[in-house]
Amino acid sequence: MIQLKVNGAEQSFDGAPEMPLLWYLRDVLGLTGSKFGCGVGLCGACTVHVNAQAARSCVTTMGNTAGKEVTTVEGLEQNGLHPVQKAWMQINVPQCGYCQVGQMMQAVALLNSKKKPTDHEIEEAMSGNICRCGTYQRIRAAIKAAAGEMA
Amino acid sequence: MSAIENVSRRRFLMGGIVAAGALVLGVRYYPRLSSGDRLPSDTNADHATLHPSVYLGIDPDGTVWIVASRSEMGTTSRTTLPLIVADELDADWKRVKIEQAIGDERYGDQNTDGSHSIRSFYDAMRGAGATARFMLIQAAAQQWGVLAAECEADLHVVVHRSTNRRAGYGELASAAAKLPVPPKEALKLKPKGAWRYVGKGKVSYDLEALVTGKAIYGMDARVDGMVYASVERPPVLGGKVKSYDDKEALKVAGVRQTVPIDPFQPPPAFQPLGGIAVIADNTWAAFQGRKKLNISWDNGLNETYNSDTYKNELRETSHNPCKVVRNVGDADAVFAKGGKFQEADYYVPLLAHAAMEPLVALAEFKDGKATLWAPTQNPQGARDTVSKELGIAKEDVICHVTLLGGGFGRKSKPDYVAEAAVLSKKVGRPVKVVWTREDDIKFDYYNAVASMYMKATLGADGKPTAWLQRSVFPPIPSIFDVNAVYGDPGHLQQGWTDVPYDLPNLRIENGPAKAHVRIGWLRSVANIYHAFGIQCFTDELAHAAGRDPLDYLLDLIGDPRTIDFKGVAYPNYGASMDAYPWETGRLRRVTELVAEKSGWGKRKHGKGTGIGIAAHRSFLTYVATVVEVEVNDQGEVRIPRVDMALDAGLVVNPEATRAQFEGAAVFGTSVVRSGEITAAKGVIDQSNFQDYPVARINEAPFQTNVYIVDSDAPPAGVGEPGVPPFVAAFCNAIFAATGKRVRDLPITKLGLS
Repeated sequence: MIQLKVNGAEQSFDGAPEMPLLWYLRDVLGLTGSKFGCGVGLCGACTVHVNAQAARSCVTTMGNTAGKEVTTVEGLEQNGLHPVQKAWMQINVPQCGYCQVGQMMQAVALLNSKKKPTDHEIEEAMSGNICRCGTYQRIRAAIKAAAGEMA
Repeated sequence: MSAIENVSRRRFLMGGIVAAGALVLGVRYYPRLSSGDRLPSDTNADHATLHPSVYLGIDPDGTVWIVASRSEMGTTSRTTLPLIVADELDADWKRVKIEQAIGDERYGDQNTDGSHSIRSFYDAMRGAGATARFMLIQAAAQQWGVLAAECEADLHVVVHRSTNRRAGYGELASAAAKLPVPPKEALKLKPKGAWRYVGKGKVSYDLEALVTGKAIYGMDARVDGMVYASVERPPVLGGKVKSYDDKEALKVAGVRQTVPIDPFQPPPAFQPLGGIAVIADNTWAAFQGRKKLNISWDNGLNETYNSDTYKNELRETSHNPCKVVRNVGDADAVFAKGGKFQEADYYVPLLAHAAMEPLVALAEFKDGKATLWAPTQNPQGARDTVSKELGIAKEDVICHVTLLGGGFGRKSKPDYVAEAAVLSKKVGRPVKVVWTREDDIKFDYYNAVASMYMKATLGADGKPTAWLQRSVFPPIPSIFDVNAVYGDPGHLQQGWTDVPYDLPNLRIENGPAKAHVRIGWLRSVANIYHAFGIQCFTDELAHAAGRDPLDYLLDLIGDPRTIDFKGVAYPNYGASMDAYPWETGRLRRVTELVAEKSGWGKRKHGKGTGIGIAAHRSFLTYVATVVEVEVNDQGEVRIPRVDMALDAGLVVNPEATRAQFEGAAVFGTSVVRSGEITAAKGVIDQSNFQDYPVARINEAPFQTNVYIVDSDAPPAGVGEPGVPPFVAAFCNAIFAATGKRVRDLPITKLGLS
């Protein structure tokens, strides 16, 4: 039996420990904000926080979440919207939007570790997250806007 | 509860586009459940008090329901079309609720492709809004005993200025509903100066849902009792299962059963490919079980297909005379005189769509009827296909449309929806088929591989005295007719038969190519390779003539004129030549505009840097693009800046349009940098983002500036037209920066990355 916290709530899981966290979140808990994009950690659509660090939930096994705290977009902010979400709206980042939850979870992790990331630092942190619609320049702008808000 | 209530309730719970929160859609489903008077096909607009159009309904509380009949895959059409209705209605956007239509002919065409949502539905949307406004004004005038001509609409109320009387749309809805629906001729459309939303635009209606994870994509659809499926398909197109062993698969925890899917009868069209499905309690178990299947395949005829050999065949075909599809003067006579000429081969490989949401569909077959929930661009096509596959009437198929996690044309082909329906019938439960990324890339309807041969003789002034262009590519009609080998007018028009140059001797040809994979529409389609060939060859000729590429391009476009397509099969994207003539002056204007805005000829470009230009009309929109690149000694390419100028006629939503063109630059970047699908023995070589990379933030243009020409021409496309000239301009910039001419995509073949 694996014990973990998801968005602050205690959960226990008695399935196969090699099951990826993504499918536990989506198919078992019904938390569908985190997306399936590639299944091998190449696109970032499934990005969540595990113990406050950005993690690709499609390659994070349930065994590796034991005793850890998982945060998904559903638990990102208790009151209204996180500054990153607000910035994403203000800059009108999403097109299809499918990758954007993963983008934002990655951006939140970046801004939690770097208050005012440079363009280069943004590229380094965000280059694991693919957006096929091509919203990258708005993602960059939104991260800068959010950095200003969070500072 | 009746069956009808069940369906409606389920749709409310799981099938709507937004799950919960401030932007709840379908919130009105609940109160109506008890009445049992709704069909699954009904909309809130249908049940509203005032309902003068299938697209629109107004409730007594003033809520305006607008039906989005076209799919939302990121172009914002789900917002922009209702915005046109709201403008003519003079509705308060805050009181508008958008609901997504199911697939139903009553909405007209719903196949959301070809960049024509606004163009084809602009008049219908205006008409819907104007009709309701007319009726509300009539109702108010009758109530007040004044002339309707003295009343006007003003943001959700009707006013009679001289007596200062006002009545809200909600309070007028009931009286308005008793009036006859006016004929089209009675409607007075708002003049441009009175437009509230058109030309100004709005962000997506779903924006908050998109950033909170509450938006419901096909991948997120759920219904009670559903099971998950993953399908092992024949690795070669047209292959069949010879035998299979599922013993190990069935041992995987969570796996329930395996189910064979019949191979298709050629042509493939939108039929499922066949194979073995693993049915499980969750997606992961289905994936795991599938890995344990042991299948022996009969690969069939396409086993002989190798993309390297095929490339050479296309090229060889293009080096010999082909079918003439447009001719001006006598290019051959000029070539026969001998002398110096330029020639070049251009090549673009097969391309995959790779939308971020892999293909997925949920279907429930019950009591002889099928209900589908799918991220589809083509809900009527899904309905038709499922009806055929299951042998049931079209009326017994309901196709709900979720949000799409990208589409780019792939999700117009409903093979994946049909898989879900076929499996649900066999399993007796709702089935959600989830494609892996590998499935998505290996079983695509690829953008055609194309080889183009270009030849020109230059006169003393450097301008071509004769121009020949031949293209060879497996055509899209091959998915419907296995013997189709020539380009059809619908795709030859895409930047090939309409080369816009004023040339005395011009010959355009197309050669045959048999398809060995499924060919389909991908964002910009044939325009990608055609614009690449023509616009890069133009750049080559400019350099050969010692001319500035911008001046040369403008010189070739020539004076403003309307292209005469007499004797040429030129469908003009289905639009009339009267409303949408091919005007070279508009192409010229965007070219001049982008040159000015980008500082062409005024900025300094040091070692390893350069700019390139290209201009192209597609989907009735004129676009010119300047790309700036930097290439270091390791051959690493960066794109600091892109400038794009466009004339798309009336632009309803400029903000969404800018976003589409910014995105097009990134999409084009992927084509140039890394887009390549290859095959060996009929099996696709690529599988995921490690071998089919798409542009990431560090590879995409750093800054894309979009300039929209203010135009009174009727609206044209914006989703696709940005890609083709970007691809060519990018390649021309690489030549300017490195001296390396890109003729064979992607640029990894030149040692660039």
